[in-house]
Amino acid sequence: MSAPGQSLKETPLHTLHAELGARLVPFAGYSMPVQYAGGIKHEHLHTRQYAGLFDVSHMGQIRVRGALDALERLVPGDVAGLATGQQRYSLLTNEAGGIIDDLMITRFADHLHLVVNAAFKDSDFAHLSQGLGADVELTSLSQQALLALQGPAAGAVMARLCPAAAALAFMQGCTATLGGMAVLVHRCGYTGEDGFEIAVANHAAEDLARLLLAESEVEPCGLGARDSLRLEAGLCLSGADIDAGTTPVEAALGWAIARKYLREPRSAARFPGHARILDEVRHGAARVRVGLRMRGRIPVRAGAELLDGPGRVVGRVTSGGFGPSLDAPVAMGYVERALAPAGTALNVTIRDTRHEVEVVALPFVPHRYKKS
Amino acid sequence: MNATKYTQEHEWLRLEDDGSVTLGITDYAQEQLGDIVFVELPEVGSHLDGDSNLVVIESVKAVGEVKLAVGGTVLAINERLADAPELVNSAPLAEGWLLRVQLDDASLLERLMDGNAYQAYIAEL
Repeated sequence: MSAPGQSLKETPLHTLHAELGARLVPFAGYSMPVQYAGGIKHEHLHTRQYAGLFDVSHMGQIRVRGALDALERLVPGDVAGLATGQQRYSLLTNEAGGIIDDLMITRFADHLHLVVNAAFKDSDFAHLSQGLGADVELTSLSQQALLALQGPAAGAVMARLCPAAAALAFMQGCTATLGGMAVLVHRCGYTGEDGFEIAVANHAAEDLARLLLAESEVEPCGLGARDSLRLEAGLCLSGADIDAGTTPVEAALGWAIARKYLREPRSAARFPGHARILDEVRHGAARVRVGLRMRGRIPVRAGAELLDGPGRVVGRVTSGGFGPSLDAPVAMGYVERALAPAGTALNVTIRDTRHEVEVVALPFVPHRYKKS
Repeated sequence: MNATKYTQEHEWLRLEDDGSVTLGITDYAQEQLGDIVFVELPEVGSHLDGDSNLVVIESVKAVGEVKLAVGGTVLAINERLADAPELVNSAPLAEGWLLRVQLDDASLLERLMDGNAYQAYIAEL
């Protein structure tokens, strides 16, 4: 979202997007492809079957030196316990236990590599800078583009082009050479499929994208498919499914809290909001993020209120759309804890008509990560 | 067959011999919406006031609405769209028609664009 009159930023792949017939939309201050000529459904299904290439250069990449312990003052995850080359999903929390943003953290020999969401990268950088203190060196890697290669064929593509990357397991990263270009590769993603995120210098990004798109399994995919893929995979969109008023336990992200904080004594925990968050780990949160399936084919969108039988508001939809792999509408939202078990029947009002909706387990589509 | 007319909101309307009007969205509109996954049609026999939603069309990402400046009574709806909403993408001017209405004021049609005027209109967008 950008203010009127504010010019949109472009990623290094802007020219290529236009050449590939992308429909460009404003997103987080950038002009980004929402889809290419094939359309969202096609791109989504292609990624689930083969491999999709997504430009995610709008995301924030940050290098942090000297902060292994210091970062644990800002996130509930275990950072000090990361092995070199190991990546972890984590959260920046606030004093109320809410989620400022979610992020990826990788430990390398002499630094940490972070990836944060585009919409929050400036505020995240400021938050990190203030929270980590003067001894820590933060560098915004704005001269680096980021491409995501996602799908069951991604491993075979990388095996041909970048064997070092193909040897990675899920949530590992390394530097490598791909087509003569220096890259930083992680085996991770936002689709529920096996895949890679590849950082490369801005000036080499288009060459890298063309190299990957030349592989027979790979097609360009836009943010529309990225959103429907992540929703089917039950993955949170920061700013929608998680925000400053949502805690990790409410968001069903308790697994992202370091085990060392769950043991007694818990005094080791220093991250913001730890008292509330660890209390919720123990006693449960008042509301919980759940999956939602409509009984019919009508999609429910973010913002819709969830009602119980008598019509009391018991929750709210935070992401909703259509899941091409399920050929059905899918949604996520928050409901009171007593109503969170799978199978609970609720109602939602769409354009003045009540529709039945059922609480279901997440993810909608099983993850197919390459764990070893 | 009577000429098809077009609105600035990218609907097409065709006057049938019995005085009813068949209505759908244009190729430009389906292209803008993207993959259509749900079409919400009114009940046959219902009367809708001008500017109320005749049809809601949901694509993977977006929600589109079909409105007309004048009211009308719904005579028929395209039942196939319940199971095959993608017909609006593949054949918006044929099998993907939305509904047939009896307009309260059929002079609406005279105020709409013909095919050439509509092509010129979307060329400017």
